[in-house]
Amino acid sequence: MKKIKYLFGSLVALAVMLAGCNQGTNSGNGALSSSAAEKVYVAPGEQDEFYAFLSGGYSGNLTVYGLPSGRMFKEIPVFSQFPTSGYGYSEETKPMLNTSHGFIPWDDLHHPDISQTNGELDGRWIFVNGNNTPRIARVSLKTFETEEIIEIPNSAGNHSSAFITENTEYVIAGTRFSVPVPQRDMSIKEYKGNFKGALSFISVDPENGRMDLKFQVMMPGFNYDLSHPGRGESHGWHFFSTYNTEEANSLMEVNSSQNDKDFIAAINWKKIEEYVNNGGGTKMATNYAHNVYDEHTHTGTSTMKNEVLTVDPTKVPDAVFFLPTPKSPHGCDVDPSGEYIIGAGKLSADLTIHSFTKMLDAIANKKFDGEAYGIPILQYEDVMAGVVKSGGLGPLHTEFDGKGNAYTTFFISSEVVKWELGTWEVIDRKPTYYSVGHLMIPGGNSRKPFGKYVVAMNKITKDRYLPTGPEMEHSAQIYDISGDKMQLIYDFPTHGEPHYAAGCPAELLASNSQKIYRLDENKHPYAVTNPSEARVERDGNVVHIYMSTIRSHFTPDNIEGIKVGDKVYFHITNHEQDFDVPHGFSMIGQNTSEILIMPGQTKTSLWEPKKVGVWPFYCTDFCSALHQEMQGYVRVSPASSNIELSWSLGED
Amino acid sequence: MIAGPLMLLGLYVFPLWTIMLGAPQYPDPLGMNIHINGIRGVNEFDIQNIDGLNHYIGMKTLPKPEEMWEFSTFPIVIGIMIGLGVLIGVLGYLKKVNYKWFLGWFIVMSILGVLGMYDFNAWMVDYGTNLDPNAIMKLANPDGTPMTYKPPLFGHTKMLNFDVTSLPSTGGWMMFTGMMLTVVAYVIGWKNHKAVARKPREVQTS
Repeated sequence: MKKIKYLFGSLVALAVMLAGCNQGTNSGNGALSSSAAEKVYVAPGEQDEFYAFLSGGYSGNLTVYGLPSGRMFKEIPVFSQFPTSGYGYSEETKPMLNTSHGFIPWDDLHHPDISQTNGELDGRWIFVNGNNTPRIARVSLKTFETEEIIEIPNSAGNHSSAFITENTEYVIAGTRFSVPVPQRDMSIKEYKGNFKGALSFISVDPENGRMDLKFQVMMPGFNYDLSHPGRGESHGWHFFSTYNTEEANSLMEVNSSQNDKDFIAAINWKKIEEYVNNGGGTKMATNYAHNVYDEHTHTGTSTMKNEVLTVDPTKVPDAVFFLPTPKSPHGCDVDPSGEYIIGAGKLSADLTIHSFTKMLDAIANKKFDGEAYGIPILQYEDVMAGVVKSGGLGPLHTEFDGKGNAYTTFFISSEVVKWELGTWEVIDRKPTYYSVGHLMIPGGNSRKPFGKYVVAMNKITKDRYLPTGPEMEHSAQIYDISGDKMQLIYDFPTHGEPHYAAGCPAELLASNSQKIYRLDENKHPYAVTNPSEARVERDGNVVHIYMSTIRSHFTPDNIEGIKVGDKVYFHITNHEQDFDVPHGFSMIGQNTSEILIMPGQTKTSLWEPKKVGVWPFYCTDFCSALHQEMQGYVRVSPASSNIELSWSLGED
Repeated sequence: MIAGPLMLLGLYVFPLWTIMLGAPQYPDPLGMNIHINGIRGVNEFDIQNIDGLNHYIGMKTLPKPEEMWEFSTFPIVIGIMIGLGVLIGVLGYLKKVNYKWFLGWFIVMSILGVLGMYDFNAWMVDYGTNLDPNAIMKLANPDGTPMTYKPPLFGHTKMLNFDVTSLPSTGGWMMFTGMMLTVVAYVIGWKNHKAVARKPREVQTS
């Protein structure tokens, strides 16, 4: 029966898609298409109206685009090694990828969220989650570099993350997979009732953005899929969608889809914060990494932490409730006013909208429909504000334009549907190419959205671009939503798999974007701030080369006295103080990537020479008219040789 | 007359002259402000970056204040001229000296100004033509003579990929305004003198 239903669903989806296609073709003709071109055309030398930060999914990194042009500006390395800059390869950045499992060169980056003040984007930082080995990273929106990564213990599949509360009090990270807490050797079949779902509340220092894992709420062993903060009246609450309330542990696609309704978990984090501040909670031994990058030493430091404060939600009165929500909800989105919590039941056609006011009322009147592991379940009818009869299939995620409208993606029927808050009436629908996951409106997850464009991030690309073999980049579409009807205006390839994105007006960030690092603020222990300090020092078989660069030479550029078996550290300081003049460094036969050193910065590259000879190194960035001349030699002698260390520049 | 010389105080704060260098790669142009006591970048690292570019064509680095006697002498000369000007102004107000002293101050200041410009130009000639024989890039004019890089004293010129514009800056304009005020003071003094001289005659005719 289930199968037949699914088949029928697919046919409906196909029909909707075909209908959508026709629509698209019709509106793609004549005057309309030329106006689309005008809308996305950003002339050479002009700049975009919005920044868009698209998650890179399995690329592990964050990409920066311009809207409406769809031009990619930068890939910011976060969880993955990145040879372009040497991130994760340089000695300074290796600690950023340290975890309790050791060095991990990769993660799956899903959901970016920009810091907020009073529920509006403030453009200080962007937070992102690593899904696979649970981590949260903070990226500076001044340097556009990763400044901090914190690992989340007791979590697995860090998916309902990284979402920011209204004043960036917390970045919230929920576990998708429930696991034994603490981890232990036990039968998988004993999942039900034994596994736990940890929801982590990471406080953010308002001055410097530093993160601290303040407490974890240990929830029943469901899957916590996505989450969003309350805002306005609902500030202080956080809402998580769940699936697998069946607590199945195998053939999940069937066994976790049996309950007609799963839950949206409503967490009153202010209550729990108060409980914790008054000494509540249980300290638990654990092990997780906290990695911080210092902009002045240009160096990351990894510290292992060994304790976390856990909270049993049943011990905190009136703090946690379950809102029944149909069909394994994925998206769990809160409208700009904070009143409506939208649950997108991904196996259904409809959206369920809960009312925050009704929820408070139901709690006050104790209108419970039983409980799950001691957590009260509210009556569906008492909290539900309305249902959007969408006519689509597979709703995933909703954002808002700030003008009373909501926009929901439908994965199965491959479309974006615009509907009105309050009346729950569908206003417009447009196809996506193909199978859209999330969408993004700049500021869409805040009190103040900038409702001009929707970016739909699709899971399937197929024929949208020239074919490039079986593997290709995912497609995204931009819709103009300034009118009553959405208009598809552009189609562009993304990088990796964007799951979600965050956007903001260009002027919020552009003027703060840093141009250089000041050499006089460089506190790197191996920096040379004057070429006269350049030198080579040996300590046993470890050699430190203190090197400086300026257009167009390395100081020193001739080095002798290195021996096979040495560990040679090139500490390179870029003495430029001019915008956009990096120097690179690479050494022949080096078992690592090049490094790219920004003006005023120091980076370190390790070389372990294995062969006798005279080996060249060079600048990898076309820095100047004499870039090709920016090179040098290192003489490597046998391990037994007695050649003294010597170094020079410009001597005969 | 007192206000005019005081305008020269602006030279201690604002640059006398500004030379801007723009190029395709420098949409935000590099610039140097010439103060009476030294050369400073328009933006913090401009001097370093101009020197960095100039080393390719063998130009010397821009002089630091202690490397040119002008930067220690000019502030003293200007200070003396301000003092003299104000003194003449006060004495003129008290009718101890006559208005012709105003013109005298202006003439002396103008001569000093021309000498200063001559000196500045001479430095720029040296800076732009006295090149390192081992320069990385040795460029020649179409007629075969070595290319030189003297910035213009006033106005715009094209040097390789750079558009170089040299114009008086805030301090310079304040100085010119101040000097003109002394001329105005002279003219007013002269007119008053004529009026006073005429008055007795008017009395006679009535």
